Amino acid sequence: MEIPGNVTTARQMGLVACTRCTKVWPGETERCGRCGHRMQSRDPGSLQRAWAWWVVGLICYIPANTYPMLSTRTLVSKSEDTIVGGAVELAHHGSYGIAIVILVASVLIPIGKFAVIAALAIGVRRGTRMSQLRRHQLYEVVEYIGRWSMIDVFVVAILSSLVQLGALASIAPGKASLFFALSVIFTMLSAQSFDSRMIWDRDSEPTPQPLQPQEVHA
Amino acid sequence: MPWAQDSEILSTCLRSGESAYVSTTNLLFLQERHEPVGPQIRTFRDVSRDLDQLIACPRCDAVYHVEEPGMGERAVCARCHNVLIAPRKRAGKQIIAIALAIVVLVIAATIFPFLSIRAAGVSHGSSVLDAALAFSSSSLLVVLTLAVAALIVFIPVLRALLVIYVLTPVVFDRPPWPGAIRAFRLSEGLRPWSMAEIFAIGCAVALVKVADLADVHFGPAFWMFSALVVLMMLKDSYMCRYSVWKSLET
Repeated sequence: MEIPGNVTTARQMGLVACTRCTKVWPGETERCGRCGHRMQSRDPGSLQRAWAWWVVGLICYIPANTYPMLSTRTLVSKSEDTIVGGAVELAHHGSYGIAIVILVASVLIPIGKFAVIAALAIGVRRGTRMSQLRRHQLYEVVEYIGRWSMIDVFVVAILSSLVQLGALASIAPGKASLFFALSVIFTMLSAQSFDSRMIWDRDSEPTPQPLQPQEVHA
Repeated sequence: MPWAQDSEILSTCLRSGESAYVSTTNLLFLQERHEPVGPQIRTFRDVSRDLDQLIACPRCDAVYHVEEPGMGERAVCARCHNVLIAPRKRAGKQIIAIALAIVVLVIAATIFPFLSIRAAGVSHGSSVLDAALAFSSSSLLVVLTLAVAALIVFIPVLRALLVIYVLTPVVFDRPPWPGAIRAFRLSEGLRPWSMAEIFAIGCAVALVKVADLADVHFGPAFWMFSALVVLMMLKDSYMCRYSVWKSLET
């Protein structure tokens, strides 16, 4: 949804914008004079950091799926369930609805987040056919949904503190909960490191016409 | 000529489903303003005074000339639809009231049980504290106890307190208290990490999961958390960050 020619970026004007308080400063300014936030026209390390957090998050996501998330002990049985295993079990018992919800929330969404962040990062480097607005919206969705994945960890915490009925039944958290929480946190950090301004750079890249403060001084 | 462009932008914004009251007409584009003035005849002071009139979208770097929208209107970035300015009448007082309520509710909700379970004569209630401590049984998971407590209790309370600290002098037309700028910056930085409302939804999910296993009842804290979800959303939608930064500027 392009409004070609109408939008000028701070970078094109040789200015640098504070991403925290939206104030605009001359190009060389390092810290925002209003809120003290560190400023960079485009963060050169942004993609690298996003990828680094992405990889760590993905690594943590593997044990999150192989280790048990919950271990349930009742009078007669003791079972340890992984995320997928638990969903399959629920489906066997006939509660397809909950099984689908769990699969979507703890498998589909995390994998989707990894895929989207990777696609955005690659798109910035190589260019894509997807419109800038569409990519920006994807970024906003990932940033918004990211924190909601923590819900799984909270559910484990709630269940294992709630279901403590002595010998009758008890639930304890498994190792996977730690790795799942770490994976969520690292993906959030990955999304935050990604500089969304880069999505918009590609097409409108006529080299910045300098309005450098040095020239202005002279 | 600028008017033609503005109405075009306004219509594109509306077409793409931007809700509520979009007022991009108030954001005049900088290009026209700058054309007549060459950079070489400007002094540094002029530039900086000029820059005060500009804002850049933090999401996509588009620069706009500020003309503040009226109360209840919103100024939206023309290309990425990020809300830039959204002033509201008496927002300051309302936000302080909401923040106070959040502090009280979070602390109370930490102590009272949010769910209780009953099966075969045995019953057990669980509070947020218990939920966080659930991870302390194994040495590997102790970190999670701290993380959960921080995400659900400490960070939301800290954010609310910081906002009260920042806004109270602003509301009473006093100069900002020392460190207000750092306080607001911290509060903004912590925004994604405040997860009390996610915990509330987690309660509902957990309830569904154990419903067939045993009798489950909501405790008082569950309703407090439900109220928190609404309050947190209200607080974030009332807060016009642009206006706050503007008022902290000395």
